[in-house]
Amino acid sequence: MIWILDLMILILVVVCALVAINVKDLLSATIIFGVYSFAMCLLWAEMGAVDVAFTEATVGAGISTILFVAAILHTSRRSKD
Amino acid sequence: MRLLQDQTAEQKLGESLIIQTAVRILVPFIQLFGLYVIVHGHYSPGGGFQGGVILGASFVLLTLAFDQKFALKYMSEKANNILSNAGALLFTGTATLCAICYGGKFLDYSALDKLLPLGPIAWRSFGIFVIEVGVGLAVMSISASLFWLLGSNGEMDEGL
Repeated sequence: MIWILDLMILILVVVCALVAINVKDLLSATIIFGVYSFAMCLLWAEMGAVDVAFTEATVGAGISTILFVAAILHTSRRSKD
Repeated sequence: MRLLQDQTAEQKLGESLIIQTAVRILVPFIQLFGLYVIVHGHYSPGGGFQGGVILGASFVLLTLAFDQKFALKYMSEKANNILSNAGALLFTGTATLCAICYGGKFLDYSALDKLLPLGPIAWRSFGIFVIEVGVGLAVMSISASLFWLLGSNGEMDEGL
């Protein structure tokens, strides 16, 4: 464990989470959420939990981002009511 | 993003030769890596779930670069159903075989020693492998079909 690297990735995770909540465009929020997942993956790999990091990289950054994009592409820009 | 949504509505989302060629070359290696992760699950990080997701992601990549019909040529809807059920059956079947037929506990692979005498330690290692293959099959089909159903409004025809 490297203390400074840990702190840097943690700050990146928090910043990504805040931006993903506050950004208006849904597609941007999805991509930033993917970055968040990958930063979590780096954090876990750095802390020595390689198995969890592997799962986070495949499921969090891979499949769930794609599923979000697939769901967003079927929405419309403005609500109808 | 509006452009993307309009193109999706008209089913004209661009087909790029570069992406298609790259995916054609990349997909066999992704699938090989997925198999490696499943098979080496009990020695190194990885396992049935992660390898299954990697295998499913290779079909998702095919669907994204080409269209859903192209991906369904390699993994048809019927094969997908059969594989997901076979994975679940392999997991629960092995676990139940230990518990019911050979008098061990649920998922206690050393009880399978009475089926084929390899010794309880070898059976514990091999039983984990069987379970991982079952999990990998189920997760692969489910994660691919999740994307197919979500991308085509549940109709399994064109996709994104």
